Amino acid sequence: MELYEQTIHDLQSQLQARQVSSAEITSSFLDRIASTDPSINAFITVTKEQALADAQAADQRLATDDCTPLTGIPVALKDIFLTEGVRTTCASKMLDNFIAPYDATAWAKMKSQGAVLLGKLNQDEFAMGSSCENSAFGPTRNPWNKDHIPGGSSGGSAAAIAAQQAVATLGTDTGGSIRQPASHCGCVGLKPTYGRVSRYGVIAYASSLDQVGPMTRDVTDAALLLGAIAGHDPKDSTSVDCPVPDYTAALPQGAKGLKIGLPKEYFIAGLDPDVQQAMDQAIAVYRKLGAEFVEVSLPHTNYAVATYYLIATAEASSNLARYEGVRFGHRAKDTAGLIDLMMQSRSEGFGAEVKRRIMLGTYALSSGYYDAYYIKAQRVRTLIQQDFIEAFKSVDLLLTPVAPTPAFKIGEKTADPLQMYLSDIFTIPVNLAGICGISVPAGISSNGLPIGLQLLGRPFGEETILRAAFDFEQATDWHTRKAAL
Amino acid sequence: MSINQHEIEHVAKLARLSLRDDEKQLFTEQMEAILAYVETLNELNTDGISPTSHAVPMENAFRPDCVTPSIGHDRALANAPDKNETYFRVPPVIE
Repeated sequence: MELYEQTIHDLQSQLQARQVSSAEITSSFLDRIASTDPSINAFITVTKEQALADAQAADQRLATDDCTPLTGIPVALKDIFLTEGVRTTCASKMLDNFIAPYDATAWAKMKSQGAVLLGKLNQDEFAMGSSCENSAFGPTRNPWNKDHIPGGSSGGSAAAIAAQQAVATLGTDTGGSIRQPASHCGCVGLKPTYGRVSRYGVIAYASSLDQVGPMTRDVTDAALLLGAIAGHDPKDSTSVDCPVPDYTAALPQGAKGLKIGLPKEYFIAGLDPDVQQAMDQAIAVYRKLGAEFVEVSLPHTNYAVATYYLIATAEASSNLARYEGVRFGHRAKDTAGLIDLMMQSRSEGFGAEVKRRIMLGTYALSSGYYDAYYIKAQRVRTLIQQDFIEAFKSVDLLLTPVAPTPAFKIGEKTADPLQMYLSDIFTIPVNLAGICGISVPAGISSNGLPIGLQLLGRPFGEETILRAAFDFEQATDWHTRKAAL
Repeated sequence: MSINQHEIEHVAKLARLSLRDDEKQLFTEQMEAILAYVETLNELNTDGISPTSHAVPMENAFRPDCVTPSIGHDRALANAPDKNETYFRVPPVIE
C-alpha cells in the first residue's frame, strides 16, 4: 500500500517504530497532489516548502519520543482557517492576497502536536454553498466522477481525502458543510456539538451555527482528530468548558444495546432509490450488531431550510460587514470617497451567492421585517430544537440519510438557488439544534457515487455516535472503497 | 410577500453593495422565490415560543480585566490596502 493511501493510526505506528519518516510520507502526499490536483482542484494553496520543513521538525521530535498521534502526519485545512504567515482566501476574491496574522485555535492545537500542513483547500466562497461551485478559484471536482460536485461547502476537504491528497483535513459545518461533502466523496465527516471546538480564527459565516470538525478516511481517525482539536478556548466565549474524553476509547463499545431512532420525516417519498437502499441495508447491519430501532418524529423538519436561510443569512450580513476595503482585503481603485470605496470594494470582491445571502440577511434584519422574518425564524428554531430534545428522551441516537441524492452534476443547480438550498434538508436541522452528527460511507450508487449514512447524537454525545459509526465500519467495507483516479 | 426592484436597491444600499442592473433583476426574482418559500413558517403558531439565538444554554463569559499582549501595529497593518505609519489610510471623510 502506498503511503498516501493510509490512515493516521496506520502511519502513526510506522512513524513511532521508525519504519518511515514524516519527510517520506509528506513527499508522498506532495507528489500525489502534484499529479492529481490539476484535474480535481481541491487545493487553493499548496504549502510545499513549509510542509517539508514541518516534516523535518516532526522527524526530530519523533526521535525524542515526545510525540502525539498527530506528530508527522500531513494534513490540509479548508481555506477558512487562519494559518499564520500563509495565504487564507476563504475562496473569495475579497481575500485573494490575505496573509493570516495568527493561527486558528483548531490548527494551533494540531500544529503544536506536530501535524504537517500540506496546504489550504477549496470551498464555497465564505462557506456559502452546497457544491463547491461558488469558489473564486473554480469548482472542485468529485474524485469519483469529475462531472459531479464534491459537495460543499467543505468540498475541497472531502475531495482531498477521496483523491488521497491528505491523510486528514478540517472542514466547517454551518448547515451540513462537513457531512454532505463527506457523504458525496465517501469519507468520514464529523460535525461536533456547537461549542465543542473553538471557532477562534475561523472566518465567520453564521456564528450561532458554524462548527469545526474532522474529515478522515475512517472513524478511528475522526475520533483521534476530534480529541486533538476539541476543548474550551478562552478566545472563543461560545466554546464550552467541559472535559474532552478519549474518543478512541469509546469505539470498541459497539452498537449492541443502543436504541436508534428513525425520524419518519427523513424517509420520504422523494428519496433517491439508491439512498433508500443504502439506508435499508445499514439498518439491517445495525440489527445484526444488536441495536434496536424505533420510529420517531421530528415534526418541524420541513421548516428547517426556511429557518436556516433567515438566521444564517442574517448573521452573515452582519459578519461580512467587516469586509469594507479599509483594514484588509480587496480595495477598489478610483472611487469617490469612503462610502463609495466600501461599496465598490464589496461589489468587486464578493461573488454572486455571497451577495445574495448578504442581501437576504440584510432584508430579514431591516426595519419592518425584523419580527416577521428574523424573530419568527428564531422561534421556529426553538421548535426544531425541542423536536430533537423530545426524540432523545426515547433513543440514544438517530439514523438518517445525509442527503436526498448522491452528488449531483456540476452546473445542475446553479441557476436555482432555492433548489440548491433544499438539498441540505437532512443536515440543516442539526446545526439549528446545535447537536452532533457524523457521516460515514454506507453505499455506492448505481452510477458509482458514494452514499453516506448520518448518525445524530445528543449535545456532547460524540462518543455514542462514534462508537456506533465504528461498529458499522467494522461490519462493512464501504470505507475501503476508493475513487479510481 | 413580494419584493420589487426599488426595495432591492434600498437593501443593497443598507448592505453597502453596488449592484449592476442585471444583478438587481436577478436578485429581485430569486429573492422573491426564496421569500415566498420562507412564508411557510407562517403556517406555524409560535405564540409563547421564545426565540433561540444560541443552541447551547450559556451564561455570560467573563474574564479578568487585565492587559495582555496584543497583535501589534506591524501585523495589524500587514494586510492593509493602504496605510500611513501606524494608521489605515482612507479617502477624505470630511471635506
